[in-house]
Amino acid sequence: MALLQISEPGQSAAPHEHRLAVGIDLGTTNSLVATVRNGVPTVLRDERGRPLLPSIVRYLPGAKVEVGYAAQAHQAEDPKNTIVSVKRFMGRGLRDVTHVENSPYDFVDAPGMVQLRTAAGVKTPVEISAEILKVLRARAEASLGGELVGAVITVPAYFDDAQRQATKDAATLAGINVLRLLNEPTAAAIAYGLENAAEGVYAVFDLGGGTFDISILKLSRGVFEVLATNGDAALGGDDFDHRVFCWALAEARLPPVQPRDMRLLYAKAREAKEALTAHDEAPITARLSTGEFVDVTLTSDVFCGITQHLVQKTLGPTRKALRDAGLAVQDIKGVVMVGGATRMPQIQRVVGDFFERDPLNNLDPDKVVALGAAMQANVLAGNKPQGEDWLLLDVIPLSLGIETMGGLVERIIPRNSTIPTARAQEFTTFKDGQTAMSFHVVQGERELVSDCRSLARFELRGIPPMAAGAGRVRVSFQVDADGLLSITAREKTTGVEASITVKPSYGLTDAEIERMLRDSVEHARDDMHARALQENRVEGERLAEAVRSALEADGALVSAPERADIEQRLAALRRTLGGDDHRAIKAASDALNRATEEFAARRMDASVRRALAGQKIANLDS
Amino acid sequence: MAEARDGSLHRRMQNYFEMFGLAPAYALEPAQLERAYHEIQARIHPDRFADAGDAERRASMQWTTRVNEAYRTLKDPALRAGYLLKLHGVDVALETNTAMPAEFLMRQLEQREALELAAAERDAGALERMRAALRIEKRELDEALAEHIDARHDYAHAADLVRKLMFLHKLDAEIDAAFETIEG
Repeated sequence: MALLQISEPGQSAAPHEHRLAVGIDLGTTNSLVATVRNGVPTVLRDERGRPLLPSIVRYLPGAKVEVGYAAQAHQAEDPKNTIVSVKRFMGRGLRDVTHVENSPYDFVDAPGMVQLRTAAGVKTPVEISAEILKVLRARAEASLGGELVGAVITVPAYFDDAQRQATKDAATLAGINVLRLLNEPTAAAIAYGLENAAEGVYAVFDLGGGTFDISILKLSRGVFEVLATNGDAALGGDDFDHRVFCWALAEARLPPVQPRDMRLLYAKAREAKEALTAHDEAPITARLSTGEFVDVTLTSDVFCGITQHLVQKTLGPTRKALRDAGLAVQDIKGVVMVGGATRMPQIQRVVGDFFERDPLNNLDPDKVVALGAAMQANVLAGNKPQGEDWLLLDVIPLSLGIETMGGLVERIIPRNSTIPTARAQEFTTFKDGQTAMSFHVVQGERELVSDCRSLARFELRGIPPMAAGAGRVRVSFQVDADGLLSITAREKTTGVEASITVKPSYGLTDAEIERMLRDSVEHARDDMHARALQENRVEGERLAEAVRSALEADGALVSAPERADIEQRLAALRRTLGGDDHRAIKAASDALNRATEEFAARRMDASVRRALAGQKIANLDS
Repeated sequence: MAEARDGSLHRRMQNYFEMFGLAPAYALEPAQLERAYHEIQARIHPDRFADAGDAERRASMQWTTRVNEAYRTLKDPALRAGYLLKLHGVDVALETNTAMPAEFLMRQLEQREALELAAAERDAGALERMRAALRIEKRELDEALAEHIDARHDYAHAADLVRKLMFLHKLDAEIDAAFETIEG
């Protein structure tokens, strides 16, 4: 495939330095970490050669934690403290949890994100996910032999803002610098597209353990452009297991069972489901703690029958994605299958029937997301030579809006907008002398607030008293390249920039994250300091290098006094980098950042002009 | 926000057409617009600055945001026409000026009724036919817009056409909604 010529000087790292970056697929059932080694994307294995890490965390008394296979081995005997599929709880409240009655956990009845009472205390899904990420990070650093520059972490494309933020927070707790949150189907598209030199419009059908995504992408000349995405953030292989579990209980005429037997039967249900990929029937046999026996046989026909509604649930989002892309089935050149659950024959069949073509299965559905993420991490870390990288243009999956009178939603950013994106909306005061306004931010496609996800509430204070309607508040939404929303608000007539405090509905505040960092044993006081020093140093060195190379490449864009100012602050930063005062490094970095703001803007401007100049030459050529 | 932070941004890029090196005209070559968009994105996208300092990361996000908005506007015929008319000092004023020709409104009414009927009878075939008819109507409006904006410079008339196009867009969205109801 002819890749875009990208020849911006001074944006990549020094030529011989390979920077350690990984892609992490933080999955519902299994997680993986991959990297690009000698130009080849590779999944990193554990000390026993296993590529997958089961996404299972077990808490033991005394703050001991088991992750992966070790935790999996004890899930039946210690179900309350052994958390599986924690991804389904990310950014979700207790009321969102499906099948609570079949969950062995001790949920804390509190508003906000789900919390679980364990042998090691109350844990949030963010902390539990961080345990998985820590293991992957350690695996990567051990096998790569050095500290990571950063990681690309994948999320389901249909994850909302709260779920994305929770994932990023988990990475922060695990001490990982997030280069980017990348949508899982997009990661798969990179791996598939580059390997097969694909050009044209492709659909990526991604059915994982707990989430379903469908993305429509246009691949052309090294650009991966997502045209539309849709999905169901609570539909996956787990739901098929649940159906089999319920069927087996009914078939064996058993009353509701103990938590430990529940785990056992769930595991048996999953085994049977997997066996049906290659066989027409599968036995489910288990001896329960009550002494009762379960001995039933699941046939393909029965399995298809009891899961038919789940299979059908993938089609609605698929149709919507196609419609949003303005395309018909005939416009799709290929359907890439991703996620372990796409191995089920009934899924293969329904996708083949819908798209009127055989799905593409030439990639390992368990690994492709991690491999694509690793490739993107390699680019973002600056390891790819210029001209050999590619460009990703992704979208926001769900509309963002604000609650207005009568519980209605005023849509501010529509779904499938290419990110980063920003939009603003004005609101007026409705009472004389009103000095504060409160806002409720929601995400979703429905017109009623109650049918959308609540993201956050915030208050704008300090509006000067005016007549009703005279106070005009402009609320600006900015969605960054990670798909994360930030909000600013200002009163327009007086220009007063009032302060806002955002309270996430299902997320953690910065203070809570800080507390968790402090609480974790590894980050006792000295460690906190060491860690801050380490982080600020890496950050400061990166900044110094970036500014140096920017000056080298585009020095003509700054005046002599501006240059002197930047050089002076650069020298000041370099001096602090030699010491061990993390606050001084931070302050010097901030000062240098401020001093280079105008320069950075001019460089963007120059880049756009150069792009256009290149464009004109290209037009002459053709 | 981007503009508020950095007033110079606005000055440097007066309009979306200049941004992509295009002549300010309604008729444009979509492939050329897309190519320019990709060329610019390849240089300023946040992925190019994932490892840079805060100032550059922020500048990259703000500029990419604006380029995305510009591309969205120019790619869509109704938005592009509305934007061009604004450059020529004509406000399409969708909310206030809704005086449409009676004949056009009549047909809109008929189409809405047909849509409701098709939805009630769960007649996907009828919906498909409506969509096909809509596509033809849109193409005709597209040609008329090029004629009135680029050739005749009759912006007042063009504003009427844009309003019609917006009506058709709305109808299109309603057809989508009807499909979703039918599909459950």
